[in-house]
Amino acid sequence: MNYKMVGRLIGKMLVVEAVFMIPALFISLFEREYRAVLGFAVSMAVIFVIAGVLSLLCRGSQKKFYAREGLVCVGLSWGILGLLGGLPFYLSGEIPDFVDAFFEIVSGFTTTGASIVPEVEKLSKGILYWRSFSHWLGGMGVLVFLLAVTSAGGGDNGFTMHLLRAESPGPNVGKLVPKMRKTAEILYALYILLTVLNVIFLLAGGMPVFDAVCTAFGTAGTGGFGVKNDSIAGYSSYLQNVCTVFMMLFGVNFTCYYLLLLRQFRNVFRDEELRMYLGVALGSVVLITLDLKGFYPTFGETLRHAAFQVASIMTTTGFATTDFDLWPAFSKAILLGLMVIGACAGSTGGGFKCGRALLALKSLRRSVRQVIHPERVQVVRSNGHPVDEKILQNVNAYLAAYVLVIILSFLLISIDGFSVTTNLSAVLACFNNIGPGLEAVGPSCNFSGFGWFSKLVLIMDMLAGRLEIFPILILFSKYTWKRR
Amino acid sequence: MKIIISGDGKLGAALTRQLSAEGYDLTLIDANLKVLESSEERYDIMVVQGNCASMSVLEQAGVREADLLIAVTGADEINLLCCMTAHGMNPALHTIARVRNPEYTDQVYKMRDMFALSMAVNPEMQAAIEMERLLKYPGFLKRDTFAKGRVEIVELRINADSKLCNVALNDMNNIVKCQILICAVLRSGKAIAPDGNFVLREGDRIFVTAAARELATLLKNLEMITHKVKHAILCGGGRVSYYLAKQLHKSGINVKILERDPARCVQLATVLPEADIIQGDASSQFLLEKEGISDCDALVTLTGLDEFNMIISLYGTSCGVPQVITKLGRIDNSNILGELSIGSIISPKELCSNSIVRYVRAMNNQTGAAVSVHTIADGQAEAMEFRVDEAVRYRGVPLKQLHVKKNVLVACITKGATQEIPNGDSYFDTGDTVIIVTNGEKGIFQLNDIFEW
Repeated sequence: MNYKMVGRLIGKMLVVEAVFMIPALFISLFEREYRAVLGFAVSMAVIFVIAGVLSLLCRGSQKKFYAREGLVCVGLSWGILGLLGGLPFYLSGEIPDFVDAFFEIVSGFTTTGASIVPEVEKLSKGILYWRSFSHWLGGMGVLVFLLAVTSAGGGDNGFTMHLLRAESPGPNVGKLVPKMRKTAEILYALYILLTVLNVIFLLAGGMPVFDAVCTAFGTAGTGGFGVKNDSIAGYSSYLQNVCTVFMMLFGVNFTCYYLLLLRQFRNVFRDEELRMYLGVALGSVVLITLDLKGFYPTFGETLRHAAFQVASIMTTTGFATTDFDLWPAFSKAILLGLMVIGACAGSTGGGFKCGRALLALKSLRRSVRQVIHPERVQVVRSNGHPVDEKILQNVNAYLAAYVLVIILSFLLISIDGFSVTTNLSAVLACFNNIGPGLEAVGPSCNFSGFGWFSKLVLIMDMLAGRLEIFPILILFSKYTWKRR
Repeated sequence: MKIIISGDGKLGAALTRQLSAEGYDLTLIDANLKVLESSEERYDIMVVQGNCASMSVLEQAGVREADLLIAVTGADEINLLCCMTAHGMNPALHTIARVRNPEYTDQVYKMRDMFALSMAVNPEMQAAIEMERLLKYPGFLKRDTFAKGRVEIVELRINADSKLCNVALNDMNNIVKCQILICAVLRSGKAIAPDGNFVLREGDRIFVTAAARELATLLKNLEMITHKVKHAILCGGGRVSYYLAKQLHKSGINVKILERDPARCVQLATVLPEADIIQGDASSQFLLEKEGISDCDALVTLTGLDEFNMIISLYGTSCGVPQVITKLGRIDNSNILGELSIGSIISPKELCSNSIVRYVRAMNNQTGAAVSVHTIADGQAEAMEFRVDEAVRYRGVPLKQLHVKKNVLVACITKGATQEIPNGDSYFDTGDTVIIVTNGEKGIFQLNDIFEW
């Protein structure tokens, strides 16, 4: 392990975090919320001191940086990001319990949107802003941001690839252009562009500026923290539709947007993952609309709510316009299914990812055919290109790890004595970075009822879900910490 | 600048290392996913798997936006086809192909336009030319040329009986009696930038800048072996041997080639009627003795195995062969090799990749980048050649008034056809060529970078 290099990168990342607290600090100052100001100021000081100590301790690091360092670095930095990012909540006294503050900010950074705050509107503006902004930062990844603004480590070598791979979701992470830094820049440019567009559309519908910015952050990161107690339900139907569209947009692989800019329209529209993503979403909307016949007064309203909830759950955002916990069982079952499938690889969304599901299904189909016709040689293809066996193996391993994590966390949080539906949906909602689940953790309720142990388990789930399990899993492996 | 490299073999990897360190946008194409993955891990590049001569793969690699394509796969035919296809897709593209088969040499030269080649490289031929240059001036371990061949930096070893042994650099001029400059000394593995009081010791390897025409004088005044090489033994009958034998025959040197494979021997005997082709194992001391290793003037080891080459060369030095040249495929750990007495080391791969890198720099030269860069002193120092243009500051100002960075030495200034080893009164002006030596630390990309402010 190259501890010094990992330490240096974490130090740099902390500086980024502290710098991003500045706008929140100013908002608190502007709104004269002095407890929040104190919280932010002290947190920033603490973070800067820790970052300074880290960079002092880790001077003169070697340049050796391999896949293991990349994974450990990402896993550790997200944990630390959460621990320190939760400080303003705790220090300002607005979330008095530290585990709760930790839960809330991890939920923010992992773009989950699961909250322990019963009355969101009681929080101060600066805290609300920081909560929503954590979605935006966590959506594309803090280390990717670090890659975009600095030549992290200064090397021209490929080690930065390990960081991108560990932090970006998807079975097969690649660069858009030869240079790592340029790739990260392009990703963030697209991200910022889409976010700004979202804000503009929201403002056009008459949403207050603060609400528009926070909602756009929540949408962009596919997070789901709202600034109102009833999430998006109180806004006009136009604003709800804007959210639906932008949630879907942020659930698309960002490579598609880059290809659109390059005018490679054919490649985009032939993309199997995108087709599956849109197809599943459309199918679910149709089924739920049919199932909800008579639930809402008009067909238009039914369609609007169905589309919003499908987009919100599938892209793992977790906004709500209605309490879908009251919906019929079939509709709820569809939503549970969507929770697992998730958004596209390479988007800001979570879940198992459409691309991965596609590969898993294809390799399942191959295995079935293999049983019937053992001599047949079959190659799994994606978008017409053969898929490397290693990637398929990876997808299958991921599937196993995914199921294992769900079962294990389900067992662990069952101690708190909630119903099976609550527990299962809580695990799915956290692990897939969605936010609201069903029953006691449904859209109109929150996670404050769980004990601290369950909260810690769910925090781990959120981190594992956002970072695609392995960076978190290897932190617990003794081989990781052995000498090479 | 966007560069595509087809073929991630030994040469491809060397090019990737050098060019990615210089910050170009690289895309690497190879059919083998394994090697691509390991390259992707080590360097900041993009990789594409597939056949580099196919349009769809080239398209994927972004050939339409690329500035240069370097085709260095194992097969000449694929390299040529790759360049033709790519050039067809993007007529503004520069192309470099490696063509190794001697049978193609002529047509590649004569039909360059048809093959759409900007440059063809042949590592074995380059190695042979380099070896011949060394054999012409026995005594030099390495020669790097600058300013279109008019200036050289040569490497010499100081032996116990050398006239320069235990001499301070201030007193050197009385011995060599010509204009030279010692720009670096390699002592027990470490490069030193010497000043006037520096005393040379036995075992030092010195790097001397001199005008090409002064080299003969230098050798004569140092009383180093100046007798011409007449008989050379080449161990191994590969492509380098073939090219070298041809070259040496032109300069009137008798060549003996030892080759193990009987069929290859017949081939060589057919194409090289003037050389002695001996069938036998070159690593056997008995055979070497029998073929007169003790009496020959030069031994060149060119078998396919680095280990064999090193051992045969060691044996050759111990037999007292005055000039030994060793071909090595890998010189990654050349600081170990410096300790061995295996004479000059030539790596075809390295020579070839250097010449391609030079081409790339020349392409990129609008910004005043170095025309050529040679690494000397086992990679611990770099000699760079710059052309002085309008953008260079302090033109016409004597060097003694300039504040040049501490680790930079101005080694030579070429004005038109005259070369000048600079002293404090020297200056450079527009159109001159300046050679500087640095200790290899990064940060010097154009001539203006050598000034402190």
